[in-house]
Amino acid sequence: AMHQQQPFDSSLEKPQFPGASAEFVDHLEFIEPNVISGIAVYRVMDRQGNIINPSEDPQLSKETVLNFYQKMTLLNTMDRILYESQRQGRISFYMTNYGEEGTHIGSAAALESNDLVFGQYREAGVLMYRGFPLDLFMAQCYANADDLGKGRQMPVHYGCKERNFVTISSPLATQIPQATGAAYALKRENTNRAVICYFGEGAASEGDAHAGFNFSATLECPLIFFCRNNGYAISTPTNEQYRGDGIAARGPGYGMLSIRVDGNDVFAVYNATKEARRRAVAENQPFLIEAMTY
Amino acid sequence: MATSLRCFLRSGKQAVLVVARRGIHRSPPAALQVTVRDALNQAMDEELERDERVFLLGEEVAQYDGAYKVSRGLWKKYGDKRIIDTPISEMGFAGIAVGAAMAGLRPICEFMTFNFSMQAIDQVINSAAKTYYMSAGLQPVPIVFRGPNGASAGVAAQHSQCFAAWYAHCPGLKVVSPWNSEDAKGLLKSAIRDDNPVVFLENELLYGVPFEMSEESQSKDFTVPIGKAKIERPGTHITLVSHSRYVGHCLDAAAVLAKEGIDCEVINLRTIRPLDVECIESSVMKTNHLVTVEGGWPQFGVGAEICARIMEGSAFNYLDSPVTRVTGVDIPMPFLTDVLVCGLAEFGSVSPGRRSRAAPLKPEAHLDGKKLKRHQHLN
Repeated sequence: AMHQQQPFDSSLEKPQFPGASAEFVDHLEFIEPNVISGIAVYRVMDRQGNIINPSEDPQLSKETVLNFYQKMTLLNTMDRILYESQRQGRISFYMTNYGEEGTHIGSAAALESNDLVFGQYREAGVLMYRGFPLDLFMAQCYANADDLGKGRQMPVHYGCKERNFVTISSPLATQIPQATGAAYALKRENTNRAVICYFGEGAASEGDAHAGFNFSATLECPLIFFCRNNGYAISTPTNEQYRGDGIAARGPGYGMLSIRVDGNDVFAVYNATKEARRRAVAENQPFLIEAMTY
Repeated sequence: MATSLRCFLRSGKQAVLVVARRGIHRSPPAALQVTVRDALNQAMDEELERDERVFLLGEEVAQYDGAYKVSRGLWKKYGDKRIIDTPISEMGFAGIAVGAAMAGLRPICEFMTFNFSMQAIDQVINSAAKTYYMSAGLQPVPIVFRGPNGASAGVAAQHSQCFAAWYAHCPGLKVVSPWNSEDAKGLLKSAIRDDNPVVFLENELLYGVPFEMSEESQSKDFTVPIGKAKIERPGTHITLVSHSRYVGHCLDAAAVLAKEGIDCEVINLRTIRPLDVECIESSVMKTNHLVTVEGGWPQFGVGAEICARIMEGSAFNYLDSPVTRVTGVDIPMPFLTDVLVCGLAEFGSVSPGRRSRAAPLKPEAHLDGKKLKRHQHLN
């Protein structure tokens, strides 16, 4: 209802174009992209780990927080072992999650277990948080007889139907429009489920990302876009990837509610994802979270 | 070195001739071992130097020296204007490259693998391939699309498809598939100099393989013509036609079969489109038997096209048995691969004296872990 056009009254000195709703202005001025002091980074903890603003404290139980810590450490350890396996030639390929554990665990904890996850390839922590056993991580990477994927896929291309984690697909950003379509399907199912779609800041340059963002807004989907901005795409730094204010600044362009968070602050990631999820399902609209990390 | 030459010149023409004969200053380089990667690098380096309109763009081609290090050293030498790192959007940078070609530059557009060219395929086909025709010859698109194609080691379905058949299907494109270093260098130079859009299909597993390069091929003017196949090994009993990596497998098989008294002629296609049908036909008219070998899938593939063309031409009457296609198995490439040597040697033998049909092959031969099926002719 909010997107319907306003009634037309030609006597008013107001622009009445179908494409946009705004006032007239009579001096020439270009809107400047704000990259020097762009969208602020939401955080809960300071650099020493103390909660800055007590009203932002998610007040999680000690067990929950310990679980976060345990999972983040486990992920880091598993990464070390599998990365060394790749360097030794035991497996052909591996992607580590070093430094981004907070983005995985914080966001996974804020979701329901039946929310659908579309990942890029650096979201093993989400699957780990949902209880995917180490044996199966290993089985997938080594493509042994226990692999759920029967040796079809390269390492780190995990998938688990039981845990609502869609199998990883190599071409970048193809999961973005797919996530939009899935969210649309879930909306029609009316089951109060959400979709979360992870991607890196490099993949956001792909044409598929534009299409996915745009359609998620026009189709009014219960969807969270979660961008892990770690500053590099292989060797390409962000100043060669884009010239705007990161990915969060693109959200409003598509009509999406957007936020930038400190990806290394697991509570900030948790809070942002939790609120985004609640509103995405309640109001049927997409959200964009850009988690800054390294 | 130059000063010594002047000394000789001062002492007269005879001395110069002596120098030339003794080859002191200009000893020609002996045949060198050069990897395919270095050959491609040299080709691009030489063409970048020769024509300032040539430039390279793609993901990771500049500061990273190339995702597979093929463009190593080029950014350092030519800088940001000629070697350009792009954001991650194949459709985006392919479109940019096509536009640049239309405006008069000569881009080399690198896809990290040709699998990702599918994200750009509209630009390649609808914009690059068709424009010269659609503009009635007014607007050429002198672009080269290059990158690794086909199977690699353990990279599974979305990184292993062979696109030779897809691109060769389209009028307006030239499609080239080199095997060794001479092919790679000579064909890439020809492709860059060609005013047509050229799809240049490399192979990741070949990048590190050294091949001998003749003196001639080390010259900056050395090119290999597009559209001409090469007979790598002359023979009399059976013709094996292949492209890219599998030429090597055919030669290995030929060596094994030679011990059994079967003399194979191995043809390296070099170019997929336009296909050098005459070369294949002449060979078939000599040997009477033909096997096509490729890494791609069987249906509507390179081998299928060769079969059709042979059937349509004069060589058909010289065939003593139906053509056999050896191809990749008709499935998305699984991650797990056996590491078995080409099973072409398991082929049944042809009895030259009796000119009989090739004996039935073993039902499946292994080619680098891909199971190959013999394709039965239709009775």
